[in-house]
Order: sequence, then C-alpha cells, then structure tokens
Amino acid sequence: MSEPSQHAAEDSGPGRRSVLKAGGVSAAAVMMPLAPGGAAHAAPGPSAAPRAAADIALRVNGETHRVAVEARVTLLDALRERLRLTGTKKGCDRGECGACTVLVDGRRVKSCLTLAVMQEDREITTVEGVARGERLHPVQEAFVARDAFQCGFCTPGQIMSAVACVEEGHTGSRDEIREWMSGNLCRCGCYPNIVDAVRDAAREVRR
Amino acid sequence: MKLFDYARAGRPEEAVRMVAARTTGTFVAGGTDLLNLMKDGAQTHDLVVDVSRLPLTGIEESGGRLRIGAMATMADVALHPVVRRRLPVMSQALLQSASPQIRNMASIGGNLLQRTRCGYFRSPGFACNKREPGSGCAALEGRNRGHAVLGGSDHCIAVHPSDLAVALRALDATVHTLGPDGPRSIGIAGFHRAPGTTPHRENALRHGELVTAVEVPLPAPGVRSRYLKVRDRASFEFALVSAAAVVRMDGRTVREVALAFGGVAPLPWRSAEAEAALRGRALTDTTIGEAGEALVGRARPRGENAFKVELVRRALRDVLDRLGRQR
Ligand SMILES: Cc1cc2nc3c(=O)[nH]c(=O)nc-3n(C[C@H](O)[C@H](O)[C@H](O)COP(=O)(O)OP(=O)(O)OC[C@H]3O[C@@H](n4cnc5c(N)ncnc54)[C@H](O)[C@@H]3O)c2cc1C
Ligand code: SF4
Ligand code: FES
Ligand code: FES
Repeated sequence: MSEPSQHAAEDSGPGRRSVLKAGGVSAAAVMMPLAPGGAAHAAPGPSAAPRAAADIALRVNGETHRVAVEARVTLLDALRERLRLTGTKKGCDRGECGACTVLVDGRRVKSCLTLAVMQEDREITTVEGVARGERLHPVQEAFVARDAFQCGFCTPGQIMSAVACVEEGHTGSRDEIREWMSGNLCRCGCYPNIVDAVRDAAREVRR
Repeated sequence: MKLFDYARAGRPEEAVRMVAARTTGTFVAGGTDLLNLMKDGAQTHDLVVDVSRLPLTGIEESGGRLRIGAMATMADVALHPVVRRRLPVMSQALLQSASPQIRNMASIGGNLLQRTRCGYFRSPGFACNKREPGSGCAALEGRNRGHAVLGGSDHCIAVHPSDLAVALRALDATVHTLGPDGPRSIGIAGFHRAPGTTPHRENALRHGELVTAVEVPLPAPGVRSRYLKVRDRASFEFALVSAAAVVRMDGRTVREVALAFGGVAPLPWRSAEAEAALRGRALTDTTIGEAGEALVGRARPRGENAFKVELVRRALRDVLDRLGRQR
C-alpha cells in the first residue's frame, strides 16, 4: 500500500512534479496512518499564505492520513491515487454520474467536485468504510440480495448514496427513492433492483 | 486543471482582500461549478480562495424577511421550515436542481454565479464571446437547442442555468455583498446582466466582491407560489424551460402576480408583459393565453430552440392552472 504511486493524481505535467519535488515530498510518503494523537497537526489556519501544494490531514474511514497534495487534486483523486482507496470510482469526473459519491461529515457528496485540501479535517467515509468488520452494511446486504448491479462500476457510488438516502429518510415510496437516488446513474440499467434494494435496506435499518 | 495557489479564508474581509489583489483570483464555495470550469479549461485561475468555511451559513427570519447566508447549502435552504412553508417556489426550485449530492455541496452564492452550460463555452477551441471576447459565437448557427429565445443578442444566446435565480427573481430578492470598497446591496433585477455586446460580463459583481447573503421578502398571507420545471428527463437535469409564479388571488381575480422564467434567456427572465395581462383580471383560459402571447411577443428563436416558444407558454399555463386550483 505504501508503494510509490505509478499514477499521477492529476494530469502529471512538469509543474506538478516540480512542485512536489520542491516540497521534498515523494509519493511514498503518502498513506501514513497516524496514531490518533499524532493527528494534532496544524491545519492551515485561516490566514495561511496561498500555496500550490499542501501537507494535509485527511480523515478517512476513521483513520487520519497525512498526505502531500497539490491544491488542484480532487478528493476523488486523492482517495484513489494517493490513499489507494480505489472503491470510490471515477466515471465522468464532472459531477454527472455519482460513481464517486462519498460521505463528508455524514452527508453524501461527489468527490470529483471538491478539492482534497478543502476537506481537510472532515470525516470522510468511503465504500471501504461502511461494513462493520466482516458484517456488511444493510445497504450492501440488500444490493447483494436484490442483485442490484451488473458490471458493478456504479455500485460503490450507489451504495454510498443509498446509505445517505436511507439515513435522510427519503425512502417513503418507489418514486421518492428514484428521485433521491437520481444523482447516481447506472449504465447497466439496474434501477428497478436498486430501488428494491434501497427499500429493503430502509426497512431493515428501521427495524 | 492548471496549477493554482489555494488559501482558506477565515474572515470575509480576508477573502475579499486576497481575491481582489490578484487579477485571476477567484472564490470557491462548493466547488461544483468552478472545478468543472477549470477542468474543462473554460476558466483558469492562479489563486483560489476557499470561502466554504466562512461563518455565512445562517438562515434567519426578521422583520418579514428571510436572510440566507451565502454559504448555506442548497440542501439546507430547500429543506428549511420557513422556506418550505412560506416560499414554496424557492424550495421547489432548489429541490428540482442538480442531485442530492450536489445540493449538499453547493452554496446559495455559488448557485447564482454558476455559468452557462452552453457546450461551446465549456469547450475551448470553439468560438465563444463569453469565454473569449471577440471570438464569435458558435451557437448562433450551431447546436442551439438549449439556448435562449428571449433576451439574447447576436453576441451570445446562452441561458443562465440556475433554477434558484428564477425563483428569486419572482420573489424580488436582494443580494448582499462585500467588496474591496465595503458592503452593498443589489436588487436581483440588477444582479444578472443581458449579454448585449459584452456577454463575458454576466453580473453586477466587481472583481473580488463576495456575495455574503441573499434576502427574500416573505410573502403576505394568502400569496401562493410555485415552480414548474420542464426537462429532458424526470430528474437531475437542467431546465429546458421553467416558470416561477407568485400570485395573490381574490376569488378568481388575480390581485398580485410575479412571473419569472428559466431556460429561455441569458438571465432569469421576469415578464412584466405577461404579468400585466393577468393583473386585476380573472384567471381564465383566455387571460392565461394572452399572458403567454405577451411573454413570447419578442421571442427570437434560433433554429433548434424554436420549440421553447411554445413550451414556455405551456409551462406558464400549467403553473397558473395549478396555482389557480390550489386552495
Ligand atoms: C451535474 C450537475 C447538474 C446540475 N444541475 C443543476 C440544476 O438542475 N439547476 C441548477 O440551478 N443548478 C444545477 N447545477 C449547478 C449547481 O447548482 C452549481 O454548480 C452550484 O450551485 C454552484 O455552487 P457552488 O457553491 O458549488 O459554487 P462554486 O463552484 O464554488 O463557485 C461557482 C462560481 O461562483 C463564485 N462564487 C461562489 N461563491 C461565491 C460568493 N459567495 N461570492 C462571490 N462569488 C462566489 C466562484 O468564484 C465561482 O466562479 C448542476 C451542477 C452539476 C455539476
Ligand atoms: S451562446 Fe454565448 S456562451 Fe455559447 S458559444 Fe455563443 S457566446 Fe459562447
Ligand atoms: S465521477 Fe464524480 S460524479 Fe461522475
Ligand atoms: S451496474 Fe453497471 S453501471 Fe451500474
């Protein structure tokens, strides 16, 4: 997991590389889970001087990671390319498909539309973080039971969106579920089964 | 995205000072439009100042007005009890915007400042006066199904994509800002600009001026309001046309009426002509038809978008029918 990244987290122009070099940070330095006490690292305070790269703390699935990122790196790219949490998918990279959905402080967002530096010290939950040990989240169980996917590419985003949708209580009817799950597209057209799965999960969670 | 410097502002004054000091500096709030614009290369900035953590998220009612902090999210505003109860047109416009995830991220200020979805604007390489003044407008003779039939010019026919702005236009909202020269207030009517010969100037803001709040007068008891959005799919899509109506009826008679339209013009389109055709008259098939005629009287379709002329009339009829019947 701590292998140097083969992929640049962004279009790897010379600019990016030189900035990271200048900062003396190698990709291998990424993904260093800190002990909880070690997280007491200075967030760029309000008046921090503008800069093109920063050493930030990202709290993902309960662990704090120190990661050096350029300001232009999206949360999605930081998760996938730097923290190697590849469950979160990149579909459109434009906010249109929902494959990159994660929770930030419990609310669902599209990680391709926010910068990693903007999410410093927020509580981020990805699909890797919803199961409790070996026990799947009720939404995951329901997706399996209802066969709510074919290729599976949209599934992590669907699951994260569904976790939030159930939490929000927008599951009163099939129509309500369809409306509140509309930010997640499925190229395989598994919508009927996805709606079934969200309904089942909502019932399970409410029990 | 090109490299840029990033800073997080702790106070509004600080954000304004930082952006004002750099010609290509800009604010980021939710990031849901800015990131796309920078990824597409439609905009480049060498400084991005993060205003998302500024304490401008409050929603407060006082003196018959609702003041909404510019950093309040679309989701929080849409579901706020006062907005739901007193300003249905606004709540509906927001709930029919974008997707739940985007509404959790996007701010009210950013929403008003989002830029057009014109595909030529967002694809550098095509002629576009908005992106590159003087380069021409590829949409005039190109793919313009989504473009404006009202208020455009021979320099630009792009539509403003915000649903919220249409509702705010009908509600006569006020935008509060903080600029390098201090605070000021701008009526929503003067906030967005028609393209004329300068389509790159879209609003009244100066460089470095931060929207701090949006203020909406709460309608008197008896006023009804509604938002109707027509789009290519049932959800998660921009408007082909939309209509915001705020009316006070006295039996069948229209006492007060405000009508604004989206998807048809480069700015949220208030139609004084359509309002005049209804004010003081009974809401009937005939008067609604006349209002529709008045609305599109000066319409100028440009090829693929001609259907919008009829569609917006039908949207007006539909929204008024529903409001008229509502108890
Ligand atoms: C897939 C998709 C679908 C969408 N569908 C809809 C839709 O149906 N209806 C609709 O209305 N919108 C829709 N949107 C647009 C969305 O609502 C806007 O992107 C969002 O409201 C912008 O808010 P933001 O806080 O994210 O702005 P940002 O992206 O952070 O900023 C946008 C612009 O506003 C400026 N800015 C932000 N805040 C301020 C401020 N306080 N003062 C001064 N300048 C500021 C920024 O500098 C930037 O130029 C959609 C977007 C996407 C990606
Ligand atoms: S319509 Fe406006 S935004 Fe679109 S290409 Fe023409 S000038 Fe550019
Ligand atoms: S990758 Fe983020 S919405 Fe498609
Ligand atoms: S399962 Fe293939 S995209 Fe949804």
